[in-house]
Amino acid sequence: MTTPASVRVLEMQMLLLKRIWKTNLTLSFLQPLLFFLGMGLGVGSLVDDRASSSEALGDISYATFLGPGLLATTAMLTAAGESLWPVLGGFKWDGSYEAMAATRLTAPQVVRGQFLWLAVRMGIAVGGVAVVLAVHPDTRSWGILPAVPAALLCGLVFTAWITAWAASREYDTSFSNVQRLVITPLFLFGGAFYPVDSLPDALRPVAWVTPLWHGVELCRGFVLHTLGMTEALGHVAVLAIWLIPGWIVCDRLFAKRLYR
Amino acid sequence: MTVNEQPAIRAKSLTKKFGDFEAVRGIDVEVRPGESFGFLGPNGAGKSSTMRMIAGVSPVTSGTLEIFGLNPATHGSEIRNRLGVVPQADNLDGELTLLDNLIVYGRYFDIPRAECVARAKELLDFVQLSERSSGRVESLSGGMKRRLTIARGLMNRPEMFLLDEPTTGLDPQARHILWDRLYRLKQQGVTLVLTTHYMDEAEQLCDRLVVMDAGRIVAEGSPRELITRYSTREVLELRFGAGSNAEHEGRLLGVGDRLEVLADRVLVYADDGESALHEVHTRGLQPESSLVRRSSLEDVFLRLTGRSLEE
Amino acid sequence: MSHDTLLWRVAPPILRSARRPQRVVERNAIVYRRTPMVLISGFFEPLFYLLSIRIGFGALVGDVDFAGRSIDYAEFVAPALMASSAMNGAVYDSTMNIFFKLRYSKTYDAMLASPLGAADVALGEIAWAMLRGFVYSISFLVCLAALGMAGSWWILASLPACLLIGLAFASVGMALTTYMRSWADFDWVPAITLPLFLFSATFYPLSSYGGLAWIVQLSPLYHGVALVRGASLGVASWGMFVHVGVLLALATVGLSVAARRVETLLLK
Repeated sequence: MTTPASVRVLEMQMLLLKRIWKTNLTLSFLQPLLFFLGMGLGVGSLVDDRASSSEALGDISYATFLGPGLLATTAMLTAAGESLWPVLGGFKWDGSYEAMAATRLTAPQVVRGQFLWLAVRMGIAVGGVAVVLAVHPDTRSWGILPAVPAALLCGLVFTAWITAWAASREYDTSFSNVQRLVITPLFLFGGAFYPVDSLPDALRPVAWVTPLWHGVELCRGFVLHTLGMTEALGHVAVLAIWLIPGWIVCDRLFAKRLYR
Repeated sequence: MTVNEQPAIRAKSLTKKFGDFEAVRGIDVEVRPGESFGFLGPNGAGKSSTMRMIAGVSPVTSGTLEIFGLNPATHGSEIRNRLGVVPQADNLDGELTLLDNLIVYGRYFDIPRAECVARAKELLDFVQLSERSSGRVESLSGGMKRRLTIARGLMNRPEMFLLDEPTTGLDPQARHILWDRLYRLKQQGVTLVLTTHYMDEAEQLCDRLVVMDAGRIVAEGSPRELITRYSTREVLELRFGAGSNAEHEGRLLGVGDRLEVLADRVLVYADDGESALHEVHTRGLQPESSLVRRSSLEDVFLRLTGRSLEE
Repeated sequence: MSHDTLLWRVAPPILRSARRPQRVVERNAIVYRRTPMVLISGFFEPLFYLLSIRIGFGALVGDVDFAGRSIDYAEFVAPALMASSAMNGAVYDSTMNIFFKLRYSKTYDAMLASPLGAADVALGEIAWAMLRGFVYSISFLVCLAALGMAGSWWILASLPACLLIGLAFASVGMALTTYMRSWADFDWVPAITLPLFLFSATFYPLSSYGGLAWIVQLSPLYHGVALVRGASLGVASWGMFVHVGVLLALATVGLSVAARRVETLLLK
């Protein structure tokens, strides 16, 4: 049996990981841990005293509310960090995609390999959050197990669309704006740090459409056992609806750019 | 200008070490203002290290170096104010347009902005890049980049212009454009100091040159002087086919003044190449090809070091 | 630069060799003239943060006790966010950008071939980072005012405080950048700035840290946050001099190391 092509793409990328895994692993654990401590427990100490707040959070501590959502935000932030400059760089600066295309790999195979690679990177980071959640008594639950793939699915949506954006660009000038004008607001308003119910009426429907909100809801629902089967399937369906066109766009863009 | 001027460059036992490696091993050089002076030698001969010391961007390890009578260690900034520099690797500003590259560089010399703009336009014209003045550096060919670097180096109207390998990597046409521009500068009285490993370049541009090898100066003089001193008027090149050049050495002894056997050919040094060729035929030798040419600095270098320049 | 001011005489020798760092600033300004969008988007980021504090966190937290009075949470956090954004902006400008110019584009090699020296490069780049930071700080203030969170006119005093934060972090950022060997090393930058951001009495008062408060006081950003918070809430104390002193000391060390390192890396 031969190795699938996309796995061979992944192997090339893994060589890179071999060189930087120590940094990567440390940071992957550090970032969510710091957020959990700094925001969850720290801000939590201010929040948990107030009766009106626990009501808004559904009678749970702030750390318990925030923790599971970090699974999804971490996946999104990893996707954004690893799919802008590295993807454009693969076309423009180090020519690694051209090198892959020069072998017998097709564009969809290169795309699949890239996504697989991102899944590994996100998996490491999300795994870090999962460990933090498993350590804290309030968030320790079997629900973490299905929440991890849910977070990855959410992250893949961002991987697909951000990769598509990067693959369609000639220069990196817009990239910091993608971070600042798309990722940051999602991070802040996507329901990870406080319930979207506190958003103004006009903004709430916007939050409901974003893939991050669905990812956060899935993860929180799984970890805290507050999710019904129908609801869960609904969230997964929305994420799939986001993912599939993004993936197709990536395939097209890679094909256009690699074999023009 | 007075006759008794400061030398533009005066170096005594100039040495440069990088750790244990001695790149420049005690050289003596003096360049007069208005002269065009060359450092000829293969890669690694110490030319670039010497140039960086002269340009005031590399501290001298030992020996003395004076540029316009000033010490680069204490008066680096004053010296650089009067120099134009074209480094070996282009360090043009990729974030700026061609015109802005020149203007911004001129501003580093504290030249008033309006004057920078006027001079930049004039210089873009001089290096034939006016049409691209609002373009980006990355869109330029190698030869164009080198021309832009030359224009940039001239922004401060330097008294002395330093060029490190100005035409390396350029195609013949681009080289000729460049030589023409440098020749004009020379006519304007700018002191030119350049390094090269092309003998035709040195012959074209230099009044005087030193041949460097392994950090030392092995010969000094005008191109013509060096050729008369270390070579003959003409050279006969013979090719006997792959691998068999060395076998013919014995049978060629006595033809011309001197023989040099290379991997791909035999060089016969003689003042009259044609009669040497006649002699070769008289001895019953049948080279696959033969060529009579004038002697060049390449031959000088071969004579001095036993090695070819461009290897 | 005037050579007889007190500031000049106490500056480390390497910085005194500077001639015209303003030319480095000029060069950067010309580059940015072409990409104004980066600066404009810098305006929205604080807006998002402020909004989320007001809408989300504010509703959850309510009021906090600070300097003996009870203040609205948004009012408490906003100055800290302003200080953090001054830090982030300075670090952003003085790390990757400078690494690129130092190792790849050879921008500084060209500068050093002119009469400019290593000190001009260091001072010029830091001044530029401060200038950009200043623009961000002003836009932060505009956001605050637009959201009705500006409070009193005291808020204007936070601008010089943010400039000082920018100076300190840009200097240290540039100094550290000269030691970076590859792009991968920059992954460590957030490992430093994120804990500073989260644990510098940014989101809750120093008293919440209990026995760990002394660790928080080691954070240079803590001193920045305290300064901006004090300035914008109009709470002056002698401790302010300590905060200013810490930031100035960081800036001096950072600048000297940066200039010295540019010299060793490029003038060899």
